[in-house]
Amino acid sequence: MNSVVLVVIGLAIILAGYVLYSRYLSQRVYRLSPSFLTPSREFNDGVDYVPTNKFVLWGHHFTSVAGAAPIVGPAVAVIWGWLPAFLWVTVGTVFFAGMHDLGALWASVRNKGRSIGSLSGSYIGGRGRNLFLVVIFLLLLMVNAVFAVVISNLLVAQPTAVIPVWGAIVVAVLIGQAIYRMRWNLPLVSVVGVVALYSLILLGDRFPIELPDTILGLSAGAFWIIVLFLYAGVASLLPVWMLLQPRDYINGLQLFIGLGILYAAILISSPTIVAPAYNADVPEGTPGLVPLLFVTIACGAISGFHGMVSSGTSSKQLEKETDARFVGYFGAVGEGMLALGTIIVVTAGFETLAAWEETYSAFNEGGVVTFVSSGGSILENGLGLPVSLSATILATMAVLFAATTMDTSVRLQRYIVEEIGALLGRRLNTTVATVIVVLSGLALAFGADVSGSGQGGMIIWPLFGTTNQLLAALTLSIITVMLVRKRRPYLPVLLPLLFVLVMTVYALLVQVVSFYNEGNWLLLVLDIVILVAAVWVVTEAAMAIARARNEAPEPDDDELAEANTRDETSG
Amino acid sequence: MRPPADGDGRAGLVALGRRVAAGLEEFYAAPYRRSFARARRDQDDLFMMMVLSEALGLPNPAGFYTMELLPVVYDNFHDWHRRMGMERSPLDDISCC
Repeated sequence: MNSVVLVVIGLAIILAGYVLYSRYLSQRVYRLSPSFLTPSREFNDGVDYVPTNKFVLWGHHFTSVAGAAPIVGPAVAVIWGWLPAFLWVTVGTVFFAGMHDLGALWASVRNKGRSIGSLSGSYIGGRGRNLFLVVIFLLLLMVNAVFAVVISNLLVAQPTAVIPVWGAIVVAVLIGQAIYRMRWNLPLVSVVGVVALYSLILLGDRFPIELPDTILGLSAGAFWIIVLFLYAGVASLLPVWMLLQPRDYINGLQLFIGLGILYAAILISSPTIVAPAYNADVPEGTPGLVPLLFVTIACGAISGFHGMVSSGTSSKQLEKETDARFVGYFGAVGEGMLALGTIIVVTAGFETLAAWEETYSAFNEGGVVTFVSSGGSILENGLGLPVSLSATILATMAVLFAATTMDTSVRLQRYIVEEIGALLGRRLNTTVATVIVVLSGLALAFGADVSGSGQGGMIIWPLFGTTNQLLAALTLSIITVMLVRKRRPYLPVLLPLLFVLVMTVYALLVQVVSFYNEGNWLLLVLDIVILVAAVWVVTEAAMAIARARNEAPEPDDDELAEANTRDETSG
Repeated sequence: MRPPADGDGRAGLVALGRRVAAGLEEFYAAPYRRSFARARRDQDDLFMMMVLSEALGLPNPAGFYTMELLPVVYDNFHDWHRRMGMERSPLDDISCC
């Protein structure tokens, strides 16, 4: 099958979802109102609450939610053939991710811009807040381990990316200095930064840095993982203006450039998809498609992490409630496009079916490294760039996405550790909390794999997916409770919620068995902890929804009436 | 649509450039505004403590100069002592609540 046909069909489904389904959601279900006084206007303080142009806000929202995860997930999941992954990404984006992201934004906007953590306290009940802390702690722990492994795999597989990846840190520091000390204007800085980054890519392509097989008694991959955690620990302690802010910014620009390059190359070279639509002959040891597909692809189909972004920052900057449709739903569309592009690359960037099968020789083989190598050949055919340079560009891009996610997540987890410390009555200082975060991430990266090679992260990828879905389920329960209280149609939220919960619990049970058979005790324990949290989410959500059904309905038009009186008084 | 005259076109381009620059500016600054505000508040809190150090019983060699600053910091005093975990004003001669 020609990949352009698939791209067109996929984009048509996703865009139809935006045009039709998001309109249904915003008119009938969430009933977004242009006259509703949003938190950004009500509490405008110039800091957190700032009314922001919807295109700019979409820019941050999209770059905060999209990262390496929509690349890694599909790149692993095409082992079952391209069709299941394609369907889950397109249908998931339309009915799950878009609905969830828009819903989280709406829920937060209607509650004075409060975050999902705080909403779970008031809508799920007293234990909701602790439940949220448990889920988010597990999620961030896995993000750190998994992304460290993704980056180290890429650095080993693509030694030409070493110079641009570490050089990008220097570029970011210089950009921070140029802006805050030398007062350069931003468009100039942006151009200089992007040019510097791409010069580093050219340089790295000429001078690959390959580590020896063992360094200080560690394998090259394990060495990179330790270096990465040291870096992430230090980076999270620096003032944000020095490193994280410019790094985020340049990565945001990169995301748009990368997405453009990727789609341009696919459209121009229009490669043929060599992978089977449905792989009936999966390698031995591959877990069943149901339920594992639905947790392997989390970002790109539905991801709880988006709810954190929606309710954490975006909801406080939304100028009009009706902008939520563009910012929330179209943000998910952008991420779906990234996942769709990845599916095309890892199924069409091969010469023959045999070559594809050789790469996907076992579950968790392939992944992001395949994305880089097969994407390299597509870029070569489409844009005429040499294959090694193309691979370097993609590897650098993927590492930068993963690294910003890791930077942010180490910092966020430090706050969570401090908060848990406070709950236990201990005040942890920043350094101690950071050390705890770094050590627990390292322990998981190394301890998860019985062979001790530091490759544990990829084994926990499906577990990361389940936790991410669990967080999404928590958000969806809050939205359902709100809709039930307002006596609005709630099935568009409840049905995906049930689907996600069933798949998550099912996947956890399947994995309990496989971890037990492998004798992987650390992951077995982790799996059981997540399972307990999942059962906890199910119970609390069911109780909260049942309670909401029995309560008197919330007057639905109160906000409208309020808006009217305001208009009268002001006019 | 009529083709814009040259002068119009240039003005339009400049305006577009300004809007793009403003958008980029927002894109750069917004995600970190909260961190900056918090850092500034922490610094102001430390400054407040230095200004009030004589009154709090800490010898301050620059006390003669910081005294002049007292009227400037009075406005923020109430928020400051509440942030520092004291429900009521810790100083007898400043009664804000």
